[in-house]
Amino acid sequence: MKITLTLNRKRRTVDVSPLERLLDTLRGALGLTGTKEGCGEGECGACTVLLDGKPVNSCLVPTAQCSGAAITTIEGLAPRGKLHKLQRAFLECGGAQCGICTPGMILAASALPDRPTREQIRTGLAGNLCRCTGYEKIYDAVGVALGTKK
Amino acid sequence: MKSPVRQFELLRPRTLREALTMLHNESGLVPLAGGTDLLVLMNAGTLPRGTHRFLDLWGLDELRSIRRTLIGRRPQLVFGALTTFTDCISSRTVLRDLPILAQAAREVGGPQIQNRGTLGGNIGNASPAADSLPVLRAADTELVLSSVAGERRIPLADYFTGYRTSVRRSDELITAIEVLVPPGKQSFRKVGTRAAQAISKVVLAAIGKRIALGSVAPTVVRATSVERYLAAGGSEFETARELLTDDIHPIDDIRSTAAYRLRVAQNLLGQLPTFQR
Repeated sequence: MKITLTLNRKRRTVDVSPLERLLDTLRGALGLTGTKEGCGEGECGACTVLLDGKPVNSCLVPTAQCSGAAITTIEGLAPRGKLHKLQRAFLECGGAQCGICTPGMILAASALPDRPTREQIRTGLAGNLCRCTGYEKIYDAVGVALGTKK
Repeated sequence: MKSPVRQFELLRPRTLREALTMLHNESGLVPLAGGTDLLVLMNAGTLPRGTHRFLDLWGLDELRSIRRTLIGRRPQLVFGALTTFTDCISSRTVLRDLPILAQAAREVGGPQIQNRGTLGGNIGNASPAADSLPVLRAADTELVLSSVAGERRIPLADYFTGYRTSVRRSDELITAIEVLVPPGKQSFRKVGTRAAQAISKVVLAAIGKRIALGSVAPTVVRATSVERYLAAGGSEFETARELLTDDIHPIDDIRSTAAYRLRVAQNLLGQLPTFQR
């Protein structure tokens, strides 16, 4: 079936099979491999993208349900050729090690309100697992980017 | 491991009426809302045999609402079946009249799951570990089941017939959840491996002296023996703790053991305001 959606601010039409996962459409037909597959069962958050501004696990979303919706992936977060403030802060704070959770972490963090408390950061990223950092440097990075006090 | 997705079929009604007609005319259609349960099974290749046709409910905006009315002096909240956990968390009505539902919703998965998981789906999936069910069961909840023939209302207490089974016919959809909130202090506790992204080992919700538990029986249950004891004026925790063993039937499984679940359920019971003096 043909599905038209807005991907990173551009209208795109893709031909998908009925229950194709948004994750596979993004990485396959749409050629954006920044979105990672971790567990494939909604536990790890590595495949997080924004669907109409809200973080979702793209491994659990059928592309067919995104007809008319706006999707933001890690490729669409920053203006062309620049880093988003969250990406810059992750670099500065050492908020990434192996990197597989990073796109999902950054997209989940981008849905947080301005000047979040540490608790809001922890809750906002509760659906994203990181097996390297122990989370503290990730929370630091989000705090630096969004303007919270340590 | 992914299932070959091409074997699946998705019907996409534009209205509830159209959805009900499709359910009436076609057999083997599985209602699909936010996909947080069904796509996990699909990805793992563990969907029940013969499940390959789905009815997409996500676009039926008429099933997205939270309304409040008063019945006598008690508030009644009416949730459209597609109300998400995020909707529950951000609803001022829920926060005022049934704050333990918002609390339960905050402990479902993480934000990504809360943005997609729905109340109707939590009930329809019929897992005894569903986090919202003890809250709904502690209140007076009725489900509106709709079909082309019309609507019927079933008390949540009569909806489940056993482990993951219910009285819902295959031509029916859960379209609304009507929750009459009784008076009394509300409490909710979920115990899992960690705060987020964990399926519960024991869930307990209470409103006044009405106590419901999840993950400790084939379906969500009320602690009826304990409630009878409290209603008769009993207040000794030691007695209530023993009575609870009649009300719940925990098992050993991958997430916990029967003995641990019983012990934790008793501990959660002891933390209720009724026993705090």
